[in-house]
Amino acid sequence: MRINRDTLRTDLIAKLQEISGETVALCYQCGKCSAGCPLEREMGILPHRVIRLLQLGQVEEALAANAIWLCAACHTCAARCPRGVDLSRTMEALRVILLRRGVPRAALGPPPPGAPQQTIVSFLRKYSS
Amino acid sequence: MPRIGVFVCWCGLNIAGTVDVERVAEAARAIPGVVHAETYKYFCSEPGQNLIKQAIQEKRLSGVVVAACSPSMHESTFREAARMAGLNPYLVQIANIREQCSWVHTDREEATVKASAIVAAMVAKVRRDEPLEPLKFPVHRKALVIGGGIAGMQAATDIAEAGCPVILVEQGPNLGGRMAQLSETFPTLDCASCILTPRTAEVARHPLIEVLAYSEVREVTGYVGDFTVKIARKPAYVDWDKCIGCMLCQEKCPRKIPSDFERGLGSRKAIGVNFPQAVPNRPVIDREHCTYFEKGKCGVCAKICPVGAVDFEQTETVREEKVGAIVVATGFDVLPREAFGEYGYGKYPDVIDSLAFERLNSSSGPTDGVIRRPSDGKIPREVVFIQCVGSRDPDKGKPYCSKICCMYTAKHAMLYRHKVPDGQAYIFYMDVRAGGKGYEEFVQRAVEADGALYLRGRVARVYPEDGRLLVKGVDTLSGQAVEIAADLVVLATAAVPREEARGLAQILKVGTDEHGFFSEAHPKLRPVETMTRGIFLAGSVQAPRDISESVAQASGAAAKVLALFSRDELAADPLVAAVDESRCSGCLACQPICPYHAIEPKALKDRQVASVNAGLCQGCGACAAACRSGAMKLKGFTDEQILAEVGTLCL
Repeated sequence: MRINRDTLRTDLIAKLQEISGETVALCYQCGKCSAGCPLEREMGILPHRVIRLLQLGQVEEALAANAIWLCAACHTCAARCPRGVDLSRTMEALRVILLRRGVPRAALGPPPPGAPQQTIVSFLRKYSS
Repeated sequence: MPRIGVFVCWCGLNIAGTVDVERVAEAARAIPGVVHAETYKYFCSEPGQNLIKQAIQEKRLSGVVVAACSPSMHESTFREAARMAGLNPYLVQIANIREQCSWVHTDREEATVKASAIVAAMVAKVRRDEPLEPLKFPVHRKALVIGGGIAGMQAATDIAEAGCPVILVEQGPNLGGRMAQLSETFPTLDCASCILTPRTAEVARHPLIEVLAYSEVREVTGYVGDFTVKIARKPAYVDWDKCIGCMLCQEKCPRKIPSDFERGLGSRKAIGVNFPQAVPNRPVIDREHCTYFEKGKCGVCAKICPVGAVDFEQTETVREEKVGAIVVATGFDVLPREAFGEYGYGKYPDVIDSLAFERLNSSSGPTDGVIRRPSDGKIPREVVFIQCVGSRDPDKGKPYCSKICCMYTAKHAMLYRHKVPDGQAYIFYMDVRAGGKGYEEFVQRAVEADGALYLRGRVARVYPEDGRLLVKGVDTLSGQAVEIAADLVVLATAAVPREEARGLAQILKVGTDEHGFFSEAHPKLRPVETMTRGIFLAGSVQAPRDISESVAQASGAAAKVLALFSRDELAADPLVAAVDESRCSGCLACQPICPYHAIEPKALKDRQVASVNAGLCQGCGACAAACRSGAMKLKGFTDEQILAEVGTLCL
């Protein structure tokens, strides 16, 4: 991966931070969000890794992650985060960006069994836009 | 008939848990000469010591054996208790039944038998003890501080402020040390010069501090309270007394050479000062690069000097000083540039070390504080900082953490962004170690406010590509290899001891660790002392330290010096070697064996004998073991005493 000033400071990242109201740079990658996430087994890319992708300017990789749809918006991560980052809001911002684009109908299985209701709602949003 | 008291300590359950202390006391009572034996939970406590004092007085004891912990723990405690009860303190012996018995055994029966044997051996020894008086030495209330950096200056100031004169020896031409090279300091970002230069001026004008710049300590003899030091003044080829510091010589000198002070980024003249605010403000001729010394002609400086201070014939002068204590504050260096070939340091001009980056940042530096890359003077837009270059690298560098790099790198990233707002700083790190007041917050500020991107991983390679430097590293947090085309690469090279430190350690007879940093007497409890009494440490000579730690340690060392100077005379243990002159053959086999150079020949009327300088002798006993005629004895550990001990144990 080659990074530089332009790949790190894109309009898309500015947009994402504007929608979410959260600053991705604040995260110091302790992983407490992932450790407490009720869906960490299903996420594929763990929540803290989603933030790391954004810190490195890899927004498209984050947008492609199933994790943003599996996120139940339960805000456990926000409640636990030592740096005051509300990751749920960042996840929501990523969903919003995708929904505004019109989501590509990627092959996505049903929500994992036992997933919280909110996850199912986010899946509905994905398929209904 | 001796009257010996035996005191068997429980040490809570440390001893009593494994050793039947009552049986040990009972066995002791059966030893001829023992008139008293008792046990107590903690003899080191106040009531415990009172029991010993009481027994000494009531039973008129002539010797005491305390069966307890190691003598290094409480020997002095019990000796003092005996002294207060009127018994010569050197008639007290410690039987170590904790470290050498209860702690290392589990079988109660065997441990009890062993403890009794140790006690019996010490009873045999104490019977042959002689009362000894502490040795007294005068104190020269003058201190030598070696190193004129921030630590040395702090120590010198603190000692002088307490009213004791100080000689401050600095090997370079000016005070300030490493700190003089720095631009700003963490975690406050105040400018280094602004806090340093008032201090250098203060030190230079202090009536009780004599600054000997451009000087080196060549020889140290003597002992605590009474050191004799030879200090060499290197030839500056300028008479500093005549010189008025106008620096016309520097201005007119035709010879430009790369400046070490500027880490090779700037140039200096063959005559001059390192930086304009240097104290003392006196020039030095760099003999190796001076045209006059090379070709015998030029001498522009001598012609231009309005006071005739330039003196090409100047030679080294050596002076001798008597001091009572020495503070070593000679600072640190950084790994040489050749150390890491994969980063191209020394090969690509835009790969520099952190000290060079300090100079780029400094308003008195080669670029007047504008960050420009060395190759073409352009302002770098992408700067990569690489931490742990040579640190935490036991295979190819140093195994230790250099401690200061995390903080100064965060500082560099901040300062860079302040000066180049559209630039980007990348920091490759392994762990961010920001333990210190306000330090973690400082690092987070570099990330939040100044946008530094921390990438967790080492860089493996730096090579040129299209006029920039391609940095190949990894971000282990995301598990991706990272490539950055950088304009400037800054290496946080490991802090290492100064090259001259090893020689100085030998001169001072002070130990160093495997890397060459000076060793403290105890890592936790005696951090500013060395194993040589009267010699103290301050700053990075001991291990990498930042400014605030160096200053704190320097004040600590100064307090230790002042504690020495607060006494009229120094008392020392009388457990030193002594010669029985009637038996000494004068062969002097003891002399080369003595590690402290304490033995000298002494002429009697018809022959020579060995003689021990009690001030230098540390009581190691090497000479006594080497003596063929049995003339050399270590007081408190005579052959008779040791043989009695061993004999008792073996019977």
